[in-house]
Amino acid sequence: MRSVVSILDLSTSEINELMNVADDIERNPEFYRSKCKHKILATIFYEPSTRTRLSFESAMLSLGGSVISTPDSKISSAAKGESISDTVRVISNYADIIVMRHPKEGAPVVAAMKATVPLINAGDGGHFHPTQTLADILTIRRTKKTLSGLTIGLCGDLMFGRTVHSLIEAMLRYPDNKYIMISPNELKLPEYMREALDKAGVSWRETESLETAMPELDVLYMTRVQKERFFNEEDYVRLKDVYILDRDKLKTAKSDLAILHPLPRVNEISVAVDDDPRAQYFYQTLCGKQMRMALIMLLLGII
Amino acid sequence: MNIDGVNNGIVLDHIKAGESMLVYDYLKLGRLKCCVAIIQNCQSKKMGLKDIVKIDELIDIDLDVLGYIDPHITVNYVKDGKLLKKRHLALPETLTNVIKCKNPRCITSTEQELPHVFKLIDREKQIYRCAYCDVVGDNK
Ligand SMILES: [Zn+2]
Repeated sequence: MRSVVSILDLSTSEINELMNVADDIERNPEFYRSKCKHKILATIFYEPSTRTRLSFESAMLSLGGSVISTPDSKISSAAKGESISDTVRVISNYADIIVMRHPKEGAPVVAAMKATVPLINAGDGGHFHPTQTLADILTIRRTKKTLSGLTIGLCGDLMFGRTVHSLIEAMLRYPDNKYIMISPNELKLPEYMREALDKAGVSWRETESLETAMPELDVLYMTRVQKERFFNEEDYVRLKDVYILDRDKLKTAKSDLAILHPLPRVNEISVAVDDDPRAQYFYQTLCGKQMRMALIMLLLGII
Repeated sequence: MNIDGVNNGIVLDHIKAGESMLVYDYLKLGRLKCCVAIIQNCQSKKMGLKDIVKIDELIDIDLDVLGYIDPHITVNYVKDGKLLKKRHLALPETLTNVIKCKNPRCITSTEQELPHVFKLIDREKQIYRCAYCDVVGDNK
């Protein structure tokens, strides 16, 4: 059964096709209104993520399908100790497609092995969250009208930020992009990602300064610098403001910069930036919903 | 190859010097009732020094485990005091229940009876990743 656990489960041509379908949904939503009629999507969330769950449910409803769902917080059978394998086998009998979020890394791999219907990973701990990446790259393609020849700045926690790693892996499939990794020294890109960049032979560099990188950027992908990642309060206080995007830091930016953020935001982007036409992080969530619609249809064999 | 002392059994040769106890532990040779000999720091033309393990019984050996410990080990099967066959090893593509995932956030830490599976991702550097959470396996 075809499932999507990681962005690597989708070929480049499939990702391109999903983006084309998402664009068509944008132009012509009526055409898709009944595509999933009589189909049921189950969302099983072993940890709360209201936004992700609602995005999938809204996607399915916009396709004319139905949704069954567990309460966000605790799955009752999980509390009784039922294995993921058993849960997924049972729910495969109730739904045509399953969306799962689980705090344990690799849980969707186990689930996908046992499910008899397609399964989408909606996030497993710090591991993968492929539909976030699909949202990110559609946002880039729509705002920049291309996925190549761009200078992409990734800013914040590049060590633990899974969305960053996954976005890099996806963008490496498109030629001639240049990457600037903007982070405190403590939160630099992990070794295996550095190797992937070197192996791909792309141009990339690292800097601690968002300000010096800013004028070059076509895309700025912001992530949060979390307090728990630092060994001491001093470093955190010293660094946190450096990675907060405000109007002042945007002064030297290109007029057609696209600012992305996987959300939720805490304070890493000043609210004053929201009204700047370069801010695309709320639009990003619409792109996410449309990519989820396209992915659901792909896995159900409708497109 | 010196197979003295083994009539019907297995001689593990070309073990890197100092690794024989690792082989002993991984293959759980301590559980055997038969004669098991560990010979350390033998002279070897090929390797300088090497270890040898002799097992005086034709037991089933998990060649994947052995290949994981050291793909250069050779396995000699002895029958009636004569060399029956010689096997060369390779790093296995997949390890099942040989090493455990140490990532506390990995699904293997909670899901019942889930085998610990690792996939070889870099043969040269001998790097394995957990098939579930992708964390790199600890070295032996
Ligand atoms: Zn693992």
